[in-house]
Formats: sequence, structure tokens, C-alpha cells
Amino acid sequence: MSEQIFELKGNLFTLSVLNLYKNDIQELSKQLDEKISQAPKFFYGAPIVINLKFISDQKVNFAELKQVLVALQLNPVGVCNGSDTQNASAKENMLSVLNYSQDVKPKVAKVANSALNTSIIEKEVYLPAQVIQGTVRSGQQVYAKDRDIIVLGAVSHGAEVIADGNIHIYGALRGRAIAGAKGNIQAQIFCQKLEAELVSIDGNYWISDSLQGDLWGQAAAIQYKDDSLEITALVKG
Amino acid sequence: MAKVIVVTSGKGGVGKTTSSAAIGTGLAVKGYKTVIVDFDIGLRNLDLIMGCERRVVYDFVNVINGESNLNQALIKDKRVEKLFILPASQTRDKDALTKEGVERVLNELKQEFDFIICDSPAGIEAGAMMALYFADEAIVTTNPEVSSVRDSDRILGILHSKSKRAEEGLDGVKEHLLLTRYNPERVEKGEMLSVEDVQDILAIDLLGVIPESPSVLSASNSGQPVILDIDSDAGKAYQDTIDRLLGEEIDYRFLQVRKKGILKRIFGG
Repeated sequence: MSEQIFELKGNLFTLSVLNLYKNDIQELSKQLDEKISQAPKFFYGAPIVINLKFISDQKVNFAELKQVLVALQLNPVGVCNGSDTQNASAKENMLSVLNYSQDVKPKVAKVANSALNTSIIEKEVYLPAQVIQGTVRSGQQVYAKDRDIIVLGAVSHGAEVIADGNIHIYGALRGRAIAGAKGNIQAQIFCQKLEAELVSIDGNYWISDSLQGDLWGQAAAIQYKDDSLEITALVKG
Repeated sequence: MAKVIVVTSGKGGVGKTTSSAAIGTGLAVKGYKTVIVDFDIGLRNLDLIMGCERRVVYDFVNVINGESNLNQALIKDKRVEKLFILPASQTRDKDALTKEGVERVLNELKQEFDFIICDSPAGIEAGAMMALYFADEAIVTTNPEVSSVRDSDRILGILHSKSKRAEEGLDGVKEHLLLTRYNPERVEKGEMLSVEDVQDILAIDLLGVIPESPSVLSASNSGQPVILDIDSDAGKAYQDTIDRLLGEEIDYRFLQVRKKGILKRIFGG
């Protein structure tokens, strides 16, 4: 059995692409010659692919084109983006028909363009409430951005809980509670024992003095209603 | 396994050093090898209350700076077998403590001792932070009045967020409440917060209630930890505190106003 002396494998190579904007072989010859004379060694024997994208509706004389390129010491290996007729004609002249893969750059530009064209729709995204295990101590500050806050303990004197949504406190509220911080008049504050230094909803605040009343020390809900804060019993009846 | 316990409060003058001395001594009396470390650099008091101020040669800062070894700086108590004191430096300030240095000394102490009691300075600055940073448990010393309770709350918040255990995501520092200078008569008159009031605000386990007592002051002045004064109310209350710290369940004493007997009413007392 004779030993196999070759192997066929696919690989990727970088080839120079000649974008033809006009089907004028004589003019091409002239301009290309000028270009090559700037760096003759670089182009010497370089494999080249002819991109027919811009002249795909025209009849191209591939024999002449090939001749011109060879005369300039280039090695035309194939065509791309040609019409069926052009492809058939190219094959007859021993030029391969290649699939054109776009450069990376234009692709990125395309994505950017499509992003620009996308209209931005504002939509409320659901964020689960921030849960604080235990008591918020004096000097601590907690901010629940774009969401509710749940405190499984008390909020001590000198502590501060802030939420863009509602505030739920399962212990005593002795410090400050600031709900709807980014502007939400619907936000509410709930606590098991109202002894707050300050409560605020969407910038409307009451300090401790204003909170003294029937519900001081009781379970209470605070909301904004009829241009004012309103305290109600947390559980009615 | 050695336990690092910080005695802290936030507010000054509530009885941290007195309590550190009493608790450290109490644990040693129970047979645990105990060291009390004075973190109050620049305002050292522990050695006075322990009555060993004349025996201080090297101190905590010397050990951290490598100017002496630990055994040179440790002072062995003359009354209680297993009790040692690591005094603070009086001539430096609190910046002399570095986290790395404190950790190294504590790790060295952990090899030898069952309990390491860290007597924290007042405040929430570097010195206090250093005392509580490496703690496994904290005894929050509080007087039954509003500002002390507020400061204790602040310290509890710091224990929650700034201690090594909190930073490393371990189980939090175990917190105990020690109420000192408790005076049932003044509570009854409404001049002081009650145990219930304080517990309601701080919401941590109660470890002990030490009654206000002249024996505390006289003990401090004579350099004798008050827990060794076994006839005094405060001494007894600290003993109960030690038992609770070691896991026993003990009823609270000295919470009620004592009824005066008929003779005392007549002759005063």
C-alpha cells in the first residue's frame, strides 16, 4: 500500500481585494501601475481577488483583465460578488469564484447604525425589594435604589432608610424614613411602631413633632393624600 | 479555642474599664486563662483599676513595634492565678496601633489564653475600631440613659459593618448587653430608662445588670476589681454576668427597689 503523500485542509488567508468601481481595464492598468510603483516589492506576485460588486451588471472581459494584472506582476486568483454570468465567465478564465466575507469594520459600523435607529422605549423594570436582616443602627444609612426596602427589625434613632419605592419596617421606626426619594408620590411608609424622627414621601416631610398624635407608638402607614401626608393605622379596626 | 471579647460602648465613662477588669478577673477565677488588653492608648486606666500600675515596664505598643516580646509586657495578676494584663502605652496616641500589629499580638495571645478581653477606648475612632475589629463577641456596656443607649446603638452598627467577621462574611460578632449603674429607685421615678426600655431599643441579648453601687468606686480607687468584693451588689451582679457569659441561665437580681425593713424606716439607712 502506497503512503498518502498529501492532505487537503481548509485554511484562512488574507488576500488583497481589488474593488473595481468602473469596468475600464485600460484606465485600471494605468492607475494600478502608479499605485504599485510606490511599493513594488510589496505587490510583487501578490494574490489578488477582484470584487465585482460595483460592476456586477456589466460584461467584464476577464481574459484582458487577467492579462493586465499579470503584466503588473500580480497574481489574480479569483473573483467575488459577481453575477452568475460573470462568475461563469471568470471560471472559464481559470479564476475561482470566492464567497465574499465582509470586513470586520463595516460590520461594527452597521451595528452602531442599527443601534442609532432603534427607538428607546422607557419601561419600568421590576426590581425585587431590598431586604435588611435585623436592625438599622444609629449612624447607618441604607438606600434602596429604584425599589422598595424591607427592614426585618427596627430603624434606630439616628439611622436613615431611603427608598425610591415604599418602605416597610417590621420593627419600630425611630430614625428617618424617606420614601419615593427619586420622585414617587405614590410611595408609602409602613412600620410596626411609629416613633420617627422624620418621615418623607417624595420630598414632603414631617418631623417628629408633627407625628405626635393618636398613632404615635402604634403600627402605622404613612402616605401622601390631598396635598399632605396622612397617617393611618396599619391595620384598621 | 481562644475567644476575643471586646468591651465597648461608644460613650465614655459608662464603665468599660471597670467591666473589663471585673469580667476578666471573673473568668480567671473560674479557671480560664485570661488576659485583659488595654486598647486605650494614651489614656491608660486598666492598670490602675487592676492595681498593677507600678509594675508596667513594657506595653502593648512596645510589643507591636517589636521593642519587647509579649511575655515581657504581660503583667501577671498577684491575686488571681490565671489572670494577665497587657497594659496600654501612656505616652503614645491611638495611631500607634496598626491592624497588622494588633492582629499579630492577638494571634500570639490566642495560642496561650482561653479569653482575650479587649478594653476599648470611648468613641468610634481608630482606637475603638481596632479594639472591636478582631472580636468574636462584644459586650456593649450601656448606662440606662438616652445618650449612652444611642451611642451603644451606633457601636452595634459598626460591629455589624466594620468588624473583621462582618467584612469576611462570617457569622456576626455575638453581641451582649451589659447595663451598668442601674438604679431601680431612679427607674421607678422615671429618671432612668428601665432594662426593658433599653432592650427594646438595642434589641440584643441581656448579659448582666450591674447596680449603681459605692463599692464600684471604692474598688476602682483601691485597685481591686469589684468582682472580688463578693459582699457587694455590684460584685455579685458581675459574678452572675460571668456565669451567663459561660452559658448558664441565672435570674436577674437587683432590678427591683428593695423594700426597707421597719427598723431601717425608723432609724433611716
